Amino acid sequence: MTSSLAKQPDVDQWLSIGTDGRITINSGKVDIGQRISTAIALIAAEELDVPLESIDITPVETGVSPDEGVTSGSNSIQDSGQAVRLAAATARRHLIAKAAKTLEVNPATLELSDGLIRSRETNRSVTYGDLQGGQSFGIPIDAEAAVKAAENYTQIGQPATARGMTALATGKATFVHDMTMPGMLHARVVRPPHYHARLKLLDTTACQRLEAAGFHIIHDGSFLAIAGEDEYAVIKAAERLSAAVNWDMKTGLPTQDIYESLTKNERASLPVSDGIPRSEPVPELAAPPANADVTLNARYEKPYHMHGSLGPSAALSVSEGKKLRIWTHSQGVYVLRESLADGLGMDQDDLHIIHAPGAGCYGHNGADDVAADAALVARALPGTPILLKWSREDEHAWEPYGTCMAMELQASLDKDGNVVAWSHESFGDTFMMRPRAGAPGEGPKRLLPLRYTAESVAAPVPQPAMRYHVGIHRNLDPLYNFPNPRLVKNLVRGLPLRTSALRTLGGFANVFAIECFLDELAEAAGVDPVEFRLRHLEDARARAVIEAAANALRKGRSPPNQGRGLAFSQYTNSKAYAAVGVELEVLDDANIKLHRAVVAVDAGQVVDPDGLAMQCEGGFIQAASWTLHEAVTFDRDGVTSRDWDSYPILRFGNIPEIETILIERPGDPFLGAGEAVAGPAGAAIANAVRDATGLRLRRMPFTPDVIRATALG
Amino acid sequence: MARMTLQVNGKPQEVDAEPSAPLLFILRNQLGLTGAKLGCGLEQCGACAVLIDGDPVLSCVRAVSEFEDSDIRTVEGLMVDGGPSNVQQAFIDQGAAQCGYCTAGLVVATTALLKRNKQPDRTTIDAALEGHLCRCGSHTRVLRAIETLIAEGATHDQ
Repeated sequence: MTSSLAKQPDVDQWLSIGTDGRITINSGKVDIGQRISTAIALIAAEELDVPLESIDITPVETGVSPDEGVTSGSNSIQDSGQAVRLAAATARRHLIAKAAKTLEVNPATLELSDGLIRSRETNRSVTYGDLQGGQSFGIPIDAEAAVKAAENYTQIGQPATARGMTALATGKATFVHDMTMPGMLHARVVRPPHYHARLKLLDTTACQRLEAAGFHIIHDGSFLAIAGEDEYAVIKAAERLSAAVNWDMKTGLPTQDIYESLTKNERASLPVSDGIPRSEPVPELAAPPANADVTLNARYEKPYHMHGSLGPSAALSVSEGKKLRIWTHSQGVYVLRESLADGLGMDQDDLHIIHAPGAGCYGHNGADDVAADAALVARALPGTPILLKWSREDEHAWEPYGTCMAMELQASLDKDGNVVAWSHESFGDTFMMRPRAGAPGEGPKRLLPLRYTAESVAAPVPQPAMRYHVGIHRNLDPLYNFPNPRLVKNLVRGLPLRTSALRTLGGFANVFAIECFLDELAEAAGVDPVEFRLRHLEDARARAVIEAAANALRKGRSPPNQGRGLAFSQYTNSKAYAAVGVELEVLDDANIKLHRAVVAVDAGQVVDPDGLAMQCEGGFIQAASWTLHEAVTFDRDGVTSRDWDSYPILRFGNIPEIETILIERPGDPFLGAGEAVAGPAGAAIANAVRDATGLRLRRMPFTPDVIRATALG
Repeated sequence: MARMTLQVNGKPQEVDAEPSAPLLFILRNQLGLTGAKLGCGLEQCGACAVLIDGDPVLSCVRAVSEFEDSDIRTVEGLMVDGGPSNVQQAFIDQGAAQCGYCTAGLVVATTALLKRNKQPDRTTIDAALEGHLCRCGSHTRVLRAIETLIAEGATHDQ
């Protein structure tokens, strides 16, 4: 049973039927553009035999929605999707039993379609609305309830239009940024130049002038914000306020080379086996075994990446009496409530947090921090709704990044080209800094503004995440059949930038390293890289996606100056399988031109095939952008990636044709797929660069400068 | 503050605005047209694009006073008889949005592109969309929407 179901065991917590027969689904997972609401509606519509259009999905909010933790980790379809499926199957059985009584017929004679239950014997019928409209079910979900067999599906697996698409294409969708309330003020924060700077002196004359012009200044320790009626006037006033502060810059950011720091700084090191870190000493790297013919070493590296939401984070908050309401694009309203209530000394029941759409990013961006910012301003101005938006610079410089990482690999081949020894150590900062349920005082440390108020809390000290395939060790454990792999996670201290969850966590970097290294080993063994993977892989589904991608990649003509590369992973060794093939060219100016990508995915039973394909395409694009372009830069005085010129991302001009092959597994369990493609995408690009040019790139991003430097040796 | 009249989506609209305020803020906060988005305020991302006399223009920096005599059209104003335009429908059909924050700008840019050129090649399309960033990776779907519109256009012309 999933934790979602264990926490919310009743049908009524997930599903209700209106008197008009419409079905309302309560899911605790938020739609962040990944189309989870479309998939969940399809699942409910299928189990209940109603048209997709008759399903409503309520916004996620505390006190109303099921508590499903955070929308993350490609868990939504497996947790919420499965919970809704079982809730709907239980409800269906209940409705049939009730209809049999009402119609005085044998339940076996009943047929369901379109929200109507009809008896084949008497031809009498009753609607869901008449049977159950407005009433609670009052029954627990039966985890063993019979669900519809895949061969009877009429909606799951069929093309569907994503919910909300019309509103998005016509400009009618309401993001948090677009919300308005009577008497609402716009607000901005004025952040220090960097994390460690603190407010030394605030020019009171300048503040008085701003206040005389009608602005409200919120000053609490080193937390500084400004609010006023007109959004643009507030932006300009925030600039004036910023100029009125004298910051104590303290020691600044550490400027040692991050790749040196990753392996030189103090760290917590743990061996990993079967995807789980063990509280045991790290075994020494043994000498190559007696049957080793060749031993290779390689170190791969990635810089800090930002989420880079296209819309800077925003939140709307209003404080009324002891109650505080917040509209937020946080991916976890319950954990945000717990952390914020703790930080503000509030009773959780007085804090009401409602999800509203924000700009996508796939991870922990500024959403939770800006909710805390808005809460602080709203509490300072009781009764006044506050819409607080970060600036582009706030988002770029203050969001928690995906950590830089280093991966050190060593492997030995026997004389037949089989891997006989494998070692992989990964080094990085934490990915686990979302606000979360935990010990009192821990949650508030994860909300940025609470570190700057007069009662400031300390920055959190990360501890190694110990669960299966999380954080730095996500996909550290290879799916390949290597004897006694030596796997080590290293949580590195004293790194310069603030980090948290970014799509795939460590999976992107680990798969990049493993899949590049496999190509290096295959080359050393003189074996085709696809054949090399297959000979070390028993899992038939893994083999199938690799073969599908390899076959698709081989089709079509590859001009002589182009290269092809392939890579594979199964996300967390338990979710969707994905193999990615890439065809690219390194141009004369050393830019990489992506020509074609093929993505083969096995996600078990596919619910929303078009949505799944879109996640695969988008996952490839985000990973290609990381691989080719992205690196957060900084110096002693702060982050220097403060806009889209100083932090470039992939643009339309380099979007390849992407062919997605979905391997159908009718009736199999759903496998989360939102993050499956990113890891293999990065490695496939690196492998294709090697094929095209002979250059083996081991440090991202693959910019023209890096390519030229590598070519010159 | 100054009172001015803007032609927005085919209708004259009286606004009270600081003449130097960027057009985007007036559209969003005074006229309630929140389709165009503030993404950067630096003319770097394309989320704020609107049509000015049929041409795509970024509205997050340039002052509202520049546009007093212009025909301003936002993504909302592209709708036809209360329904999606053919460009908007193609975006819907192809699922050409994930979070959708960049979508309005892309719909506006695509509309302008196909008005100028019914059969743009990929280089022309890329040039028209180069200033539009998308973080979720909806690019492939946007390109597919444009392909379908080009194919439809070719059919209509026959």
